[in-house]
Amino acid sequence: MLPTGVPIEHYIYLATALFCIGAMGVLLRKNIIVLFMCIEMMLNAVNLLLVAFSQYHADPSAQVFVFFIMLVAAAEATVGLAIMVMLYRNSPSVDVDIWNRLRS
Amino acid sequence: MEVITVLFYVLAAVALLAAITVVFHKNPIYSVLSLVVSFFAIAGEYILLNAQFLAAVHIIVYAGAIMVLFLFVIMLLNLNDTESEARSSVLSKGIAFIGAGLLFLTLTAAMKSATGIAPAAAQNNEIGLIKTLGNVLFTEYLLPFELSSLLFLTAMIGAVMLGKRELA
Repeated sequence: MLPTGVPIEHYIYLATALFCIGAMGVLLRKNIIVLFMCIEMMLNAVNLLLVAFSQYHADPSAQVFVFFIMLVAAAEATVGLAIMVMLYRNSPSVDVDIWNRLRS
Repeated sequence: MEVITVLFYVLAAVALLAAITVVFHKNPIYSVLSLVVSFFAIAGEYILLNAQFLAAVHIIVYAGAIMVLFLFVIMLLNLNDTESEARSSVLSKGIAFIGAGLLFLTLTAAMKSATGIAPAAAQNNEIGLIKTLGNVLFTEYLLPFELSSLLFLTAMIGAVMLGKRELA
């Protein structure tokens, strides 16, 4: 039983819905910054489910994992945004499609 | 229903609505701001789950640091005048909706069938406190904790190197 008295299934629904909204944003949007925000949202959905299950099973390890996920997300955001600024300086557009040419 | 249960559903609705706004709003500034709202709602969920330490870290790291970074970059790139974003085709929009919907169905079905198991231990409200987490972090997970400092150093050097203007 969780401290909120909410069944664990509802946490699964909430976290999965958040994750899928993030995935939908990644598929739908072309703006590279919004895409990045959607990825952060997906990370958050996973964190929420980890915390819920950590309470459900009374195991603190999962919360330490969430802590590490947050650290990695912070590092990832710094480097990602630095890359974004550099790309924008190269060609002033935030459309992801023009970065197709990185492939060749 | 208890107040805490009602609060869970209210915060869940806020988080989902804000998340949908992030995806569908044209202006990236509004997307960032609604993402902050979503993060605060998730922090509220952490508090309801008795994970006070993670709630504090979540607000500091996400709403404090990462979102400010996003806002800075958006203002640095001068995107606040809603320049028309290239529109995706109807086909890719349909693929996005159907793909996300199918992902939702699959994930919920898979996880629901996996949660038939009972909780492994009795409910313990001390789990999310700094005392418990600090004990675990500095005994069992000491090496990853120290390595994460190295990761931060690398990220910092990388960001500085990338952000520096090349000397022509």
